[in-house]
Amino acid sequence: MEPIVHFRAAVALLGRFPALAGIDLDVMRGEIVLLRGPNGAGKTTVLRACAGLVPVVRGEATVLGHDLRRNAAGVRRRVALLGHASALYDELTVADNVTFWGRACRARPDDIAAALQLVGLDGRLRDVRVGRLSAGQRRRAALACLLARRPELWLLDEPHADLDHEARDLLDRLIRQAVDQGATVIMSSHDLDRALALAHRIVTLDAGMTADQRAAGTGPGTPAEALRGDGEATTETTAEVSHVA
Amino acid sequence: MWRDAALVAGRDLRIEARSRVTVHQVAPFALLVLVLFAFALDPARSILERATPGLYWITVLFSALLALSRSAALDETAGARDALRLSGLDPSGVFVGKSLAVAAELVVLEILLGVGVIVLYGAEPAGVGLLAATCLAATVAVAATGTLYGALVSGLRVRETLLPLLLLPVLAPVLIGATRAFEAALGRAPADGWPWCGLLAAFAVLYSVAGALAYGTLLEGS
Repeated sequence: MEPIVHFRAAVALLGRFPALAGIDLDVMRGEIVLLRGPNGAGKTTVLRACAGLVPVVRGEATVLGHDLRRNAAGVRRRVALLGHASALYDELTVADNVTFWGRACRARPDDIAAALQLVGLDGRLRDVRVGRLSAGQRRRAALACLLARRPELWLLDEPHADLDHEARDLLDRLIRQAVDQGATVIMSSHDLDRALALAHRIVTLDAGMTADQRAAGTGPGTPAEALRGDGEATTETTAEVSHVA
Repeated sequence: MWRDAALVAGRDLRIEARSRVTVHQVAPFALLVLVLFAFALDPARSILERATPGLYWITVLFSALLALSRSAALDETAGARDALRLSGLDPSGVFVGKSLAVAAELVVLEILLGVGVIVLYGAEPAGVGLLAATCLAATVAVAATGTLYGALVSGLRVRETLLPLLLLPVLAPVLIGATRAFEAALGRAPADGWPWCGLLAAFAVLYSVAGALAYGTLLEGS
């Protein structure tokens, strides 16, 4: 079976800086891959490169059959990126935002309504302006935008950030459902408890290169060990992990 | 393209309707400029009357800068530019949609200012057809040029101050053409105003086509 993401010695530049300095990565359909690594390792750049937003200038880079070096834009309609920025307009309501981004991606009205329902924003929050939402509610609205477009490849950059416990459970359920339906997920997350429970495979990046790849549950993969390996655990997450252990 | 243009224009106008920046800030600013011109030139009423077309279009241009800056800022919303690139929206459609939304705001502003110059400056509109055609062509020209330059400076920290610096010289032909056409329509000049209106239409077509063709590249490059 062909990988749907195939990077081989891929180099991507941000300005003149090689944010990816020869990365190797293969992701099969239906996989959930967790990207790990210290700040600046290239996790976000890998996700953005997979979305065709960062040009790959050297090496091989193919996503969903599209050669990113020839036509990076070709893949964009088939992927969705949930990044740190939500791309929501503060003056518009939740429904306005999800409808706009859904229609922009040629989503059907049914899919837009279903997306709002899935993230629990079809009730009283539906007609509230995004500017008045909490960070977690904004995150759920952004997730609804992602769901509405029914992407084949989910690219999630810190998807658990800002979400409360229930919303994190919901997100994890949605990820598993999407994978059951044939989607593929590449994510980076500092909530390693959850991320490791979701992931099929862990790819460790360092200085824009692949440092290690292993199946989840093998090697130093327990949350506490993973956090030590990252070298960037926050006090909060370390405390959570200690509690779990 | 037209479907995408309608979608983007609808978004921009909906945001404008909710934020009411045009109603609460741009329109009062425009009226204030008209009043200040009246204060400055009132002792010489004849100068004020003679200068009415030029003052009107200078006020439109200054007010348009506010609307254009606001329009460009919408896509500076965190992550919006990436989301636009990922959406698959036709960049030409995005350009046309944003230009249409700005044009709609400018038309409202021009009507308001038209009432202002009639009341404050004593202007008496005569050639209504020429006035309407001039407004239409100049509005499209300003909206298309401004949207194009808005995309050009997007992503720069000095975007808000750079946009007027780049845009006003480019819009000088629009100011000249619209003023001359208005002078003819208001009976302040013996010359025929329609050739000036034709110049404005040509300018509008040129920048609309250039913008539609270049917007995708600018969206990617910013």
